[in-house]
Amino acid sequence: MTQDMYAGTSETTEGKVFTVSGQDWDSIVSGIAEDADERVVVNMGPQHPSTHGVLRLILELEGETVTEARCGIGYLHTGIEKNMEFRSWVQGVTFCTRMDYLSPFFNETTYCLGVERLLDIEDDIPEKAQVMRVLLMELNRISSHLVCIATGGMEIGALTVMTIGFRERELVLDLFELITGLRMNHGFIRPGGVAQDLPPGALDEIRGFIALMKKRLPEYAALCNANPIFRGRLENVGHLELDGCLALGLTGPVLRSTGYPWDLRKSEPYSGYEDYDFEVQTWDTSDSYGRFRVRLNEMWESLKIVEQAANRLAGLEGAPVMVGDKKIAWPSQLAIGSDGMGNSLDHIRHIMGESMEALIHHFKIVTEGFRVPAGQAYVPIESPRGELGAHVVSDGGTKPFRVHFRDPSFTNLQATGVMSDGGQVADVIVAIASIDPVMGGVDR
Amino acid sequence: MGIEEKLPSGVLLTTVEGVAGYMRKASFWPATFGLACCAIEMMTTGGPKYDLARFGMEVFRASPRQADLMIVAGRVSQKMAPVLRQIYDQMPEPKWVLAMGVCASSGGMFNNYAVVQGVDHVVPVDMYLPGCPPRPEMLIDAILKLHEQVQTRPLGANMAARIEERENAALKALPTSEMKGLMR
Amino acid sequence: MSELTPENTPENAPAELAPESEIQVVGQREGMFGVRGTGDTSGFGGLVQPVVFPGLASRPFDGWHEDVAAALDAALAGNGLAPSAVEGVVVHRGEITFHVRREDLPAVATLFRDDPDLRFELCAGVNGVNYPEDTGRELHAVYHLLSMTHNRRVRLEVSCPDGDPHIPSIVATYPTNDWHERETFDMFGIVFDGHPSLTRILMPDDWPGHPQRKDYPLGGIPVEYKGGSVPPPDQRRSYS
Repeated sequence: MTQDMYAGTSETTEGKVFTVSGQDWDSIVSGIAEDADERVVVNMGPQHPSTHGVLRLILELEGETVTEARCGIGYLHTGIEKNMEFRSWVQGVTFCTRMDYLSPFFNETTYCLGVERLLDIEDDIPEKAQVMRVLLMELNRISSHLVCIATGGMEIGALTVMTIGFRERELVLDLFELITGLRMNHGFIRPGGVAQDLPPGALDEIRGFIALMKKRLPEYAALCNANPIFRGRLENVGHLELDGCLALGLTGPVLRSTGYPWDLRKSEPYSGYEDYDFEVQTWDTSDSYGRFRVRLNEMWESLKIVEQAANRLAGLEGAPVMVGDKKIAWPSQLAIGSDGMGNSLDHIRHIMGESMEALIHHFKIVTEGFRVPAGQAYVPIESPRGELGAHVVSDGGTKPFRVHFRDPSFTNLQATGVMSDGGQVADVIVAIASIDPVMGGVDR
Repeated sequence: MGIEEKLPSGVLLTTVEGVAGYMRKASFWPATFGLACCAIEMMTTGGPKYDLARFGMEVFRASPRQADLMIVAGRVSQKMAPVLRQIYDQMPEPKWVLAMGVCASSGGMFNNYAVVQGVDHVVPVDMYLPGCPPRPEMLIDAILKLHEQVQTRPLGANMAARIEERENAALKALPTSEMKGLMR
Repeated sequence: MSELTPENTPENAPAELAPESEIQVVGQREGMFGVRGTGDTSGFGGLVQPVVFPGLASRPFDGWHEDVAAALDAALAGNGLAPSAVEGVVVHRGEITFHVRREDLPAVATLFRDDPDLRFELCAGVNGVNYPEDTGRELHAVYHLLSMTHNRRVRLEVSCPDGDPHIPSIVATYPTNDWHERETFDMFGIVFDGHPSLTRILMPDDWPGHPQRKDYPLGGIPVEYKGGSVPPPDQRRSYS
């Protein structure tokens, strides 16, 4: 065996540290036998196929039982919040959208709602913009739950769930690409409304998607719900009752799997959610299986909301999608030209030839940005993982003074220890997958 | 590395290079190094619609010991950089690195204290793929271009000659910061 | 807060605030688009604007804000806490913020959680904000509380000076704040006394400095290509 610079044994104040790289596991066994200490601390490092992203798990094992599980996070810290302090308010959308990368529209919406509250234009957002926001958010909820179920299945070894999950997700991403231009990390929801109107043909595509999903969603139920291996791995794993959830600040499907129907779309409606007919899904077992069922049912509810939103959009042809105040509304429009998507020539003709005010507004908003009155706002929304809120502090300038995102994954991941202590190593994976953390949101 | 590395230069070596290159590129196993948003696009590239399995790459090896290609997909934070280097070191030769996305190639939009401005500060990169995130078709395009590099990789004495030639060229080359002229 | 009269109210104070209500000046903004010295031909470089935050509101408030404030007064009195535990209340855009004295924070937080008229069961986390020009109160910790029983939200704001950045921890009352307080310590340097394990959580364990403070640079590098160089975002000329 060649000498591996990473393999070796060292003494620390806490005891011996073994670094093994293959074919030398017996060094651990003999080393432990020397100290007659049954406790082994294992590092499931940030690079691991089953830890949902760059999450480091430090497990103290006694045999197969986990006596203590701790999370090490921060491996994806990008300094997004600080970076936003040096960009204008609209550019902040492009930054925050990449935080929780599986639910970009939710990041954008909570940030824009906070900015709009400070701007005091909450009542002036046009209806079409509200409906489009709801449509995109619910589609995003479907795609996010699909990834959760797909990767959760992959982590326990059910690879078919992964392939069908990503297959369905492609349908949603096609819709996103049609409406916003990008598959992921769209900078589409902007303070004041949304960036662009629906392209022609979008409603037909959405309706086709709804019909297709109604045939495809039952496949997940058929594959997993009664599957004895699935149930055996997920039932009674990651148990956390209502009081534990509230103490640890958990929201989202984890809280709803305890039976408590807390959903911000119902209790503190935003963006017109009070006009949609849907139900809050709960389950009563407070374990990973319950969370899986809650997510499956939530996808059905989201599909209902998408259908209602599409019907409403059919009646809103030609309505504005940005707030009327020209000093805030994002001015420029994009259009498909002969060489792809670019500046809309109509808009350029308007600002260059027809209206001086439009040119000035365009120039000022694109270079300086608008000024947001000083103060702070916190508008939380219900993201697929729980309560996502942006605490927006403005000092009256063109750039955010401080933006902090209360990310649900960051708070939910604190429950790892409570859920895993006393269980087995394999259950740690399942418990974390049922919390559904997205490390981009955890570390920001 | 093996008996193929010890063959003398000549017709036999070039034939073996061709065969070995073909074998390597046809079964080119990536190591899972998905970090952020690009990781999701990497997973969809392995998914059913943009199938990586047709290139022999659907097995994303969890263990770097069994992987040939490290696709660094996503932003590398300062805390993650040593882990990245450790995984790279644990991969056996021959290995390639594909920096997927602008964050891995150059730090992307995150020009700040927390993100390493390009993974080539940490590991040597063979292929840079821009995009935020790059579409799955773009990733497949980058992988296929990398396949050409894999196919033409020399062995043994030829490899030593190529390394020396590239080093001499790099020592004489004009650094990017000294280049002047139009941006394009 | 300085005494503000209709004469010396800054011109850019929000129009809808009556001149006699207080607004809080926390600093000033100089210049317009980063031009200084002889490069400034527009004259905007000499512009000086005060940074004005919404000031303290006075009782009675509107609607449920008054219910919460009255319940808090009763709870404070009933538990032997002086009313000065709450330094002031700001009501802005329908949101109510209680400025709490840091020494009284754990007791006040327990009241917010346990009093039946308050019942703020969920704490949505701590956030730090750094106001470098607000001398004596540079570091603020902001707590968002949610009451599921009454379906309402409040905000608690605690400030501490730069020289003594200690705030008592409320992890005993709201265990969810464990990681949030660690993050606020990591990013701002606010030491939460009584926290079970206050260590860095997002940055590497041996990182010097606290990144999200205003005196910490963004840390970017200039982007250079073919002789041209673009400075990082915090060093560019930009609108202030």
